Amino acid sequence: MTTTDSFLHVTDTTKQGETAGWLRVLAALRKLPLGLVLAWLVLTTVVLWAAMPWLFTAYDPLQGTPGGQLKAPSAAHLLGTDSLGRDLFARLVYGAVHSLSGAIAAVGVGLIVGSALGLVAGSARGRVDTVLMRLVDVLLAIPTLLLSLSIIILLGFGTLHAAIAVGATAIAGFARLMRSEVVRVRNAEFVEAAFGSGGTFARVLWRHILPNSLTSVIAYTAVQFGWAILQISTLGFLGYGAPPPTPEWGLLIAEGRNYLATAWWLTTVPGLVVVTVVLAANRISRSIGRSSP
Amino acid sequence: MSPVQAPVLDVRDLVLSYRQGDERAAVVHGVSFTVEPGEVVALVGESGSGKTSTAQAVIGLLAENGRIDSGTIHLNGEDISRWSSRRLRNIRGAVVSLVPQDPGNSLDPVMTIGAQVRETLEIHGRLDRREADRQVIELLTSVGLSEPALRIRQYPHELSGGMKQRVLIAIAIALRPALIIADEPTSALDVTVQRRILDLINDLRREYGTSVLLVTHDLAVAADRSDRIIVLQGGRIQEQGRTEDVLAAPQNAYTRKLLSDAPSLATARPRPPIEPGRPIAVTVRNLVQDFPLQSGKTFRAVDDVSFTVARGTTHAVVGESGSGKTTTIRAIAGFQKPTGGEIRVGDLDVRSLRSEELRQFRRKVQLVYQNPWGSLDPRQTVQAIVEEPLLNFDPLPRDQRQARVRAMIDRVGLPAALLSRSPHALSGGQRQRVAIARALVLEPDVVVLDEAVSALDVTVQAQILTLLAELQRDLGLTYVFVSHDLAIVRQIADTVSVLHNGRQVDYGTVDEIFSPAATAYTRELIQAIPGRKFPRAAFDRPPLAAAGPLS
Repeated sequence: MTTTDSFLHVTDTTKQGETAGWLRVLAALRKLPLGLVLAWLVLTTVVLWAAMPWLFTAYDPLQGTPGGQLKAPSAAHLLGTDSLGRDLFARLVYGAVHSLSGAIAAVGVGLIVGSALGLVAGSARGRVDTVLMRLVDVLLAIPTLLLSLSIIILLGFGTLHAAIAVGATAIAGFARLMRSEVVRVRNAEFVEAAFGSGGTFARVLWRHILPNSLTSVIAYTAVQFGWAILQISTLGFLGYGAPPPTPEWGLLIAEGRNYLATAWWLTTVPGLVVVTVVLAANRISRSIGRSSP
Repeated sequence: MSPVQAPVLDVRDLVLSYRQGDERAAVVHGVSFTVEPGEVVALVGESGSGKTSTAQAVIGLLAENGRIDSGTIHLNGEDISRWSSRRLRNIRGAVVSLVPQDPGNSLDPVMTIGAQVRETLEIHGRLDRREADRQVIELLTSVGLSEPALRIRQYPHELSGGMKQRVLIAIAIALRPALIIADEPTSALDVTVQRRILDLINDLRREYGTSVLLVTHDLAVAADRSDRIIVLQGGRIQEQGRTEDVLAAPQNAYTRKLLSDAPSLATARPRPPIEPGRPIAVTVRNLVQDFPLQSGKTFRAVDDVSFTVARGTTHAVVGESGSGKTTTIRAIAGFQKPTGGEIRVGDLDVRSLRSEELRQFRRKVQLVYQNPWGSLDPRQTVQAIVEEPLLNFDPLPRDQRQARVRAMIDRVGLPAALLSRSPHALSGGQRQRVAIARALVLEPDVVVLDEAVSALDVTVQAQILTLLAELQRDLGLTYVFVSHDLAIVRQIADTVSVLHNGRQVDYGTVDEIFSPAATAYTRELIQAIPGRKFPRAAFDRPPLAAAGPLS
């Protein structure tokens, strides 16, 4: 809108008085970030799937219907059935808890270990900083998938182990980000002022440096959450995650792969669900990053 | 400057507003003024008075969320207030140009000086390269930049602040505009550089007959440099008229207040002399501070500085940027280990302190920072900020601690209702009061103030200085006060050190420093203080013999 337009708009006061109410509603609607609302909606649904799967589907995710194998999507089976006659939608809903808890555990490992490393490195500086950051560089240098596969082989298969393996690859990113934030905040005048008021190192760290560095780390956590779901699905797809009867999303994609020609939905729908959740997490992360000062 | 000529700029009933969320906040309410050819008009006001918004509207550079609600802006007889930005682009630089506030940020760091000046010439008309270069060198010579042929190949980081501002002025006058808008052109510069830049703008105006709209918060600058003054407050003109008339007989209460608050040599009443025999609170002897440089060499920031401060008095450390004044006081506050020399606070040798002793030492010496926007944690409330030093030292029960915080907040003149607010909800003056409260809550002996009032408006500045004087009288505090503003120093200091390039060139009582006996450098500093035309400039400036270039 140019200056002239808005100017004319304001001078027309009588009209403005009548339409002000409508305009406000319209403006509010136009300003509503549709993508963000959708993202929250997606994430809420998935969380509800994980928390109360029985509300969403009447089928058992593990028990197949004999004779009902590889059925196309229909009113009875919304997303069709797999090679053992199990309802795909039920498997997706019941699988949410595996993917979500795995992702949360993975991000938790990365967040806690990574931020702690970054906090120590950024605030202690000197030799400690150099040693920790070179370690992080080594972690970054190994391809993530290779690293998580090596860790799984050391720890053994399973959902929890897969989560730890994915979390370990996230440590480097968290450590880097946290360190740069800490270095920024540490040079702020209020931190020096806190030392000047007689604060000990630990107190200043806890009271000033940590809370002021966390905002972007929290935004990064949301991105990492999406990324962790993707990684866990990848491990599941490769067969390093949860063992077969578990309706884990990556495993669903892998199992459907054999029937791609006849039952494309078995691979496509779980894949789309993973993509949607990852995108939603990214969108939410962006909004966190923007709203922070 | 005949009155028949049409004004260069004629602003009528200008109303500006900014969009904040769904609301529009009006910042300028019906401002009208004119600028005649060859005239310097000063737009004076504190922050938030709408002076910068008005200037931005004139050149069509209002922020994205700002707009002109009503009123007209006639530039050379044409109303430009409804022009599109494309049409405005044609007159920017050619008819009206801007000298921005901060020379440090206003030049492109990856372009040479020559290329940036040439750009202006090229945008408004084709020139071949050699002709353009010749004009650039001519321009840089006319703004008094030394070795212009060398400068055009240099990058902004190779130039000092004063030189950068000269380049920006060269860009502004490149196309001989009818009007130059100078938005606080010298606020970021030292007083001696400030004087040279303002002299330059004045010379150029005389030579080319360009009009100048000078936007400034500094009434003293406006008084010295303008033909007419417009005083703005809260987006409304409080007073406008010929500079001499406004200064001699201000009609408006706000103008009178601004005049009385402006720290000028005229209004500064020297403090009574300190009686001899007071105990010494701070001793600095032969202080030397070196910093290692990237190249492996060392840079000597402070070189052999010595002074003593008696208990309950104020010692001012004065100098231009880079003179080592901040380094000196940071060493006193224990934030830096000096390379050589001795610093004693009371009976403690600051240099020998180790970590826990240093922490205990903080009870005695507190530092107040220049910038109250950076020195308070944005995530804490006022209560938490002032309480923090107490938590670090005194294991007081909660209610006693809160009582002390409340008493301190009251002592610095803030209402108790602010305790639960966070710093971003406070004004600059209120923040600085909070910072002072935090420094005083431990009841220190010595308070080190690093340019503690330079980031504030004059009226707020005057209030904080009064508060500091009161607190000194009541609590017997000793101040070490760093400032570049000699007018303030004369108002509040008992003794003064003048630093220049890390060396102490003058040291003595305020009267000695402001006497003709001071060194040429100190007299140059005093000469450069704006405000000579203030009506009550009773203070006799020492004559300056053979002033050589210093900047």
